[in-house]
Amino acid sequence: MQIKALKDLKPGEGGRIAQIDGGHGMVNRLAALGIRPGRRITKLSSGFMRGPVTIQVDRTQVAIGFGMAKRILVEVKDTAR
Amino acid sequence: MRILLMGNPNVGKSVIFSRLTGVRVIASNYPGTTVSYTRGYMKLGEERAEVIDVPGTYTLEPTCEAEEVALRMLDSGDVVINVVNATNLERNLYLTLQLLEKKVPVIVALNMWDDTRHQGINIDLNRLQEMLGVPVIPTVATTGEGIKVLVENLPKAISPDTKARNRDERWAAVGSIIEQVQQVSHHHHTWLERLSDASVHPFSGALIALIALAVAFLVVRYIGESLIGYVLDPLFTNLWAPVLTKLSELLGSSGFFHDILIGKLIGGEVDFVQSFGLLSSGLYVPFAMVLPYIVSFYLVLGLLEDTGYLPRLAVLMDTIMHRVGLHGYAIIPTLLGFGCNVPAVLATRILESKRERFIAATLISIAVPCAALQAMIIGLVGARGWEYVAIVYGTLFGVWIILGFILHQAVRGFTPELLIEIPPYRLPPWRAGLQKLWMRTYGFLMEAVPIILGAILVINVLYSLGIFEAIANFTAPVVTGLLGLPKEAVTAIVIGFLRKDVALGMLAPLALTSGQLVVGSVVLAMFFPCIATFVVLLRELGIINMLKSAGIMIAAALVVGGLLNLAL
Repeated sequence: MQIKALKDLKPGEGGRIAQIDGGHGMVNRLAALGIRPGRRITKLSSGFMRGPVTIQVDRTQVAIGFGMAKRILVEVKDTAR
Repeated sequence: MRILLMGNPNVGKSVIFSRLTGVRVIASNYPGTTVSYTRGYMKLGEERAEVIDVPGTYTLEPTCEAEEVALRMLDSGDVVINVVNATNLERNLYLTLQLLEKKVPVIVALNMWDDTRHQGINIDLNRLQEMLGVPVIPTVATTGEGIKVLVENLPKAISPDTKARNRDERWAAVGSIIEQVQQVSHHHHTWLERLSDASVHPFSGALIALIALAVAFLVVRYIGESLIGYVLDPLFTNLWAPVLTKLSELLGSSGFFHDILIGKLIGGEVDFVQSFGLLSSGLYVPFAMVLPYIVSFYLVLGLLEDTGYLPRLAVLMDTIMHRVGLHGYAIIPTLLGFGCNVPAVLATRILESKRERFIAATLISIAVPCAALQAMIIGLVGARGWEYVAIVYGTLFGVWIILGFILHQAVRGFTPELLIEIPPYRLPPWRAGLQKLWMRTYGFLMEAVPIILGAILVINVLYSLGIFEAIANFTAPVVTGLLGLPKEAVTAIVIGFLRKDVALGMLAPLALTSGQLVVGSVVLAMFFPCIATFVVLLRELGIINMLKSAGIMIAAALVVGGLLNLAL
C-alpha cells in the first residue's frame, strides 16, 4: 500500500481516499459530492497544464480542480515499478 | 399550501415542476440550470397549492448563491418533494436525510427510474420506504410516468421523527441504507459513455470541443442566413414593401407622422434598414434581422445544454479561465451571454464567490455581444466583408482576455477551484427541446419587440424635437475626436441603453466607412449594458459593484474604440 496525491494517479488507477488535506470549506464542498475519506474512487483523466482531474465516485463523474487534486491523498495498491 | 421541489442539482426538478404546474421552465442537462426559484400553481383536490422549483443543492450547508436561495426557501415550505436521482442514490440520500431531520413533511420522488434498469441497478422500493419513513414514488419526469401517483400520495408526506446527526453519522446512515436496498450488477459501457470519456480527455477532448463549437457556429449561421434569405427578407420585400410604398404616398411622402411611421425615404423609396420608421425598420429589424438568429442560436444552444456537453467544455476550459480569474464553469454563463446577457448575469450565481461573480458579470456585459446585437453586426458589418466581422469579434475576444487578466490581478481574493459533477450524456429530448426554443423565442417577441418599437418611436420624436442635435454637439469632442465617428453617431450610443440592435441599426443611414462601422459596433457592444442587463447587474452585484462595473465598461469602451480608430 502506498499513499499518493490524486493528481499523481494514472488514468484508470483507483484507490481509497486516505485523507483530505484542506480547510473546512474544501472538505465540505467535496463531501457534498460524496468525496470523503474512506470512499473508493477511480481517476478517469487529467487535464494538461494543471487542468482539472476527473474521477469516478460511485456512479458519478466529478471534475476536480488541480489545486484540490493535489491535496486529496489516495491509498493505492503497490504496483511493480 | 406551499410545496417545495428540492434535490441535488440536475436530477430533474424543473421537469417535474413543469409536469405538476403546467408552467414551462428552462430545463437542461447540467447542474445549476435553475439559479433562482420559479413559482407555479397546481390543483390539489379542492385546494390550489403553490409549487416552487428550488435551485438544486447537495447539502443544506450552502456553498454558492444558488444553494443559499434553496436553504432560505426551506423555512417557508409546508411540504417538500425531495427529487432523488435513482441512478445515484448514495450521493442523493445525504440531502434526503438532512431534510428528514428538519420539521417539514417530505415525500421522495425517485426520478430517472427508467435509467436504473439499463444501468443494472436494482432498488428495493419497499425497504427504502421503510428505512426512510416517508413515501417513495418512482418517477420518470421526462415521460410523465409516476407523476400522477406522486400527486396522489402528496397528502401522505410526513416528517418522521429523525434525530439530528452530524456529517459522519449521516454518511454512515446513507451507507447502511444503500447496503440494504440497492444491488448493482455490472453493465457494459455504452457508446455515450465512451464518448463521455473521450470528451474530457485533454487531446481528444480539445478536438471534440473544436469540432463541436465550429459545427455549432456554422449551423447557427446557416439556419440564420437561410431564414433571412429564403423566408423573411422575401416576405418583407415582396409583400410588405408595396404596402408601405402606398402608405407613404398617402401620407404625402414626408412630415411628422410619415417620418414616425415610415421613416425617411432613401432615394425616394422605403428602405427597411435605413428609413427607421415604426412600420419599416421597426418591424424589419426585430423580425427579419434579429429573430432568425435568435431562433438558430437558441436551437443550437438548447442541443448543447440538453446533451450534457457544457460541463465537459467547462472542464476543458478550466485552465484558460483561471487566467482571467474564473474557473471553467464560468464558460456556461458566458455562452448564455451570446444569446442574451440577462440570463447570463443571473447564471453567474452558480459561481462560488462574489469576486468571481463580479468578474464574470463584468466580462459578459463588456465583451459578450448578445444574439440581437450579433445579428445586426452580421447583417450590417458583414455586408462590408467578413474580414470586418472578424475584426469586431477578434477585438471583443482580445478585450475579454486582457480585461479578464487585469481584473484577475486587481480584484482582491482568489479563484476557487473547479468542482463539478459531470452528468451523463443524454440524447436531447426533442419535444422538450422545441418547447424550450419556443419559450426563449416567445420571450424575445414579448419582451424585446415592444422595446425595439418604443426605442424607434423615441428616436423619431427626439429627432424631430432637435434634442439629438443638442446631445450630438455636446459630445462631439469625444465621439468625433476620440472615436472618429460622425457626431450623429452619439445618438446610437444613447439609444444603445435601450436596445443595442436598434442602436447599431441607427448607424446604417450615416454612410460610415467600414472602419467607422467596426469602431461603432465594438463601442456599442462594450460601452454600456442595455437597460434590461443594467437592471439585473444592479440587482445581482449591488449598487457599488454595479457602478465599478459600469465605470470599467465606459473606460474600456473609450480606450478600445480610440485605439481601433487609430488602427483602422
